[in-house]
Amino acid sequence: MAASKEDRIAREAAELRRVGFTVNGQYHRFNVGGEAGEISPTHTLSHTLRETLGLTGTKVSCDQGACGCCAVIMDGKAVLSCKVLTIECDGKTITTIEGLRDPKTGALDPLQQSFIDHTAFQCGFCTPGMIVTARAFLNETPHPSEEEVKEALSGNFCRCISHYQVIKAVMSVVEKGHEHGQ
Amino acid sequence: MGNKYRYIGKPMPRRDAEEIVTGAVQYLDDLKFQNLLHGKVLRSPYAHALIKKIDKSKAEVLPGVKAVLTWEDIPDWRGGTPRKVPVLDKKVRYVGDAVALVAATTEEIAEEALDLIEVDYKVLPAALDMDSALKPGAPLVYDEFPGNIIPGGTIVFGPNCLKGVVRGDVDKGFAEADVIAEGAFGYENIPNALPPESVGAVALWEEPNKVTVWSTSQAPYMDKITLFHVFNRQVEVRSIGNHVGGSFGTKIMCWQVQAYAVLLSRATGRPVKCMFTKEEHMAAFTLRVGSRIHARVGMKKDGTLTAIQGTWYVDTGYYSFTTQAQVAVGSGELMIMAQCPNWDLKNLVVATNRNASGSTRGFGGQELKCSFIPLLCLAMGKAGLDPFEVLKKNFVKPGGGYFWRDGNWYQYRGIDYSRAMDKGAEQFGWKEKWKGWLTPTSVNGAKRTGIGVGVHGNADVGEDAAEAYVQLDYNGTATIFLCAAEHGTGQKSNYAKMVAEVLQIPPDRISMTPADSLVTPFEFGPVGSRGTYAIGSAVINAAEDAKRKLFEFAAPKLDADLQDLETADGVVFVKGHPEKSLKWRALGNDRTILGFGRFEPDFTLCNCMMSFVEVEVDTETGKVTLLRVVLATDVGQIIDPQGLEGQLNGCIGSAGIDSAIFEETIINPSSGHILNANLIDYKWRTFAELPAMEHVVLETPIPTHRFHAVGVGEVATSPGPSAVLMAVSNAVGSWLHEYPVTPQRVLKALGKMGNAATGGTR
Ligand code: FES
Ligand code: FES
Repeated sequence: MAASKEDRIAREAAELRRVGFTVNGQYHRFNVGGEAGEISPTHTLSHTLRETLGLTGTKVSCDQGACGCCAVIMDGKAVLSCKVLTIECDGKTITTIEGLRDPKTGALDPLQQSFIDHTAFQCGFCTPGMIVTARAFLNETPHPSEEEVKEALSGNFCRCISHYQVIKAVMSVVEKGHEHGQ
Repeated sequence: MGNKYRYIGKPMPRRDAEEIVTGAVQYLDDLKFQNLLHGKVLRSPYAHALIKKIDKSKAEVLPGVKAVLTWEDIPDWRGGTPRKVPVLDKKVRYVGDAVALVAATTEEIAEEALDLIEVDYKVLPAALDMDSALKPGAPLVYDEFPGNIIPGGTIVFGPNCLKGVVRGDVDKGFAEADVIAEGAFGYENIPNALPPESVGAVALWEEPNKVTVWSTSQAPYMDKITLFHVFNRQVEVRSIGNHVGGSFGTKIMCWQVQAYAVLLSRATGRPVKCMFTKEEHMAAFTLRVGSRIHARVGMKKDGTLTAIQGTWYVDTGYYSFTTQAQVAVGSGELMIMAQCPNWDLKNLVVATNRNASGSTRGFGGQELKCSFIPLLCLAMGKAGLDPFEVLKKNFVKPGGGYFWRDGNWYQYRGIDYSRAMDKGAEQFGWKEKWKGWLTPTSVNGAKRTGIGVGVHGNADVGEDAAEAYVQLDYNGTATIFLCAAEHGTGQKSNYAKMVAEVLQIPPDRISMTPADSLVTPFEFGPVGSRGTYAIGSAVINAAEDAKRKLFEFAAPKLDADLQDLETADGVVFVKGHPEKSLKWRALGNDRTILGFGRFEPDFTLCNCMMSFVEVEVDTETGKVTLLRVVLATDVGQIIDPQGLEGQLNGCIGSAGIDSAIFEETIINPSSGHILNANLIDYKWRTFAELPAMEHVVLETPIPTHRFHAVGVGEVATSPGPSAVLMAVSNAVGSWLHEYPVTPQRVLKALGKMGNAATGGTR
């Protein structure tokens, strides 16, 4: 008896629960539940970004935390959005690949431009995850060595082996940033 | 490198670059459809079983479920070569075989419905590998294929499709040999090429018998043709291609997932999407074919090959779709690499109760050569010959020849690749590093280094027909109509470059239709490195045709002969008299010009790739580290330097070089389950362990291409694995003959381990 009452309370609390977070500068608020338009407690952040918010730039490959394709920046850190439940994101600030351009001028992030300049992709499926991971890393570590960049990206799967060009692209941003810094 | 072109060979951002880096590119899973249903597949837990009964009543009443289909509900649609593989059957033939299909309003509901389907199986004994499949009295994968041997040949390659190589007199050849080597050698590792995007399809059925299919396919036009036959030639198929998230040859095999989506759409009247999960992609989709040879090779003291005799056993898994084609192409590729007067090399395509094998970058030739080169190594070892010299000597030269896939003999009329090979050897430092067979290049405590070399070339660069239109518009722009899906090579940008060069207008004035079989003419698909030569030639021909028509329009107006006209930047003018000119604008806005281009297959050319590798072996742990890779090739003319660099770097991915070091699909030998069907347990190379990568790319103009270029994308992976095996053998001082060279195998070769299980796929 007690258990079922507790169950009911828990369910009601869950029904009332809301989750709110900011994605690319825009605040979104959802009810948690099983109805259309609600966030299911089982939904991953990658699912919510892609299916609910239509932000399909975030890619899902393994859906298991192994490939880095689904990386987004959350409160400054790169996280694997297939390993984060949406209900865990309350109050968070999230940037996806779509949010890296300057919102006012539309200018590309220097990393995005550098990826273009170095053709640092082939099929491009891993690319949003690569850029997002590199961006979060450079924000924290603006002057990394090449080895540190490799380490930072070592969780990103790229089957086309665009790695060599990716390193060049990232290091060229590092070097330019360095010049500015001086 | 004095390049006379305005665009060809110049670095240029890819046309889709900005879309890619901003996440705007749409792969199949990113497309939006109204009213979309989600399809899921119930899969067999047994390698071989009869379905006695299926109860789907509980699944059907689950709210949100719109259709549940089993073999009893569907038309007799079949695929495969020969066309004997039902889309759903009452028998399952591997762990993961499709048992039932569900369409529901969400993926979660579809998955829940799968759990509610009750299946009663009668489990049958299974033939999980070639040895058990070939035993007398072995369980039959198909009643139609006695002995589990699948008939050779494919009608696609014509009535004489190459089924083996028989030529000259092998007895005489062996009599002439100074050394003979013999044995069984395999490249039975069956890794997944593993593009990050899984395979999938969306289908929309329209009554009575029309269907539109969007899919992850790299060859959209061919889907229309394949599905037409699968659907008993009674359904009209329109296929639409998208951006493809990697393929490496595997995504020309999407017919099953397409058929699932089509059946579910037919049953529900709504668009249905079926996307494989990564686990399904790794455990239920096609793998590289397993390859083993039992063979003998005869060689003279100077490295001349005198005879090749034996049987090539090919494990195709539970069915074949491209395997016979791979056998035909692979046999021809071996002839290109091993010019020898006397041959008797048969082959046998064997069905087993595991995933199907199929098209993968390397397409037969990689598999055959990774088995053959270790045999050749034994002969070279006996004769004390330098493998670089022997591989160089035996690769086809102008005037040499080979049988190709259609069974015809082709006289090679391309360039001599020896120069590229020499340059590669020089850059690698082969002469200084080569210390002889089974001798390390250097020893430093427990660490030893060794070197190896491999070579590959194919005549697929000119395979199959291609067609394209190029339309000119009064405003000085052009549109390419081509059924090509971008799968990573940047070829779509290259076609725009080629048209830009022909028409002398900037590439950004050239647009491209989506790949849509309703709009574009026939195109076989970017496979076998044919993108540059075959597809490129069709596109160029279409541009030339449009230009000719433009001149026909302009000539009377300029009072000039056709051959005196030239065009640049949207203006037609008389050569030498630029003042006598006419803008394309003169076409008027009620007229366009449409050029048509076609390429006819041409097997007289081949490409070439030589890989040099250096490895370090830790003799305490058995770990093999790839230190350095040098690829040597000649491309005739570089079209896009950065795209080329990317394709060549790909040699270590896509089931390439690393299939000799750590990549493998591990199957439980008693149940047939794949044990590492996820990206955590399947080993892949990370940024932290990149080898030094160098490319030696020469440009000796290929005579027959408008821009003298030949594609090399596919072949980058192929020579690598055997080179690694050679390098590791040299480093440890004893022969290793199994892929991949796991620490266990290395320690065993070093005599540091007993006869413990060797892992791998046996
Ligand atoms: S999809 Fe999230 S890590 Fe692979
Ligand atoms: S570019 Fe294709 S997977 Fe990285």
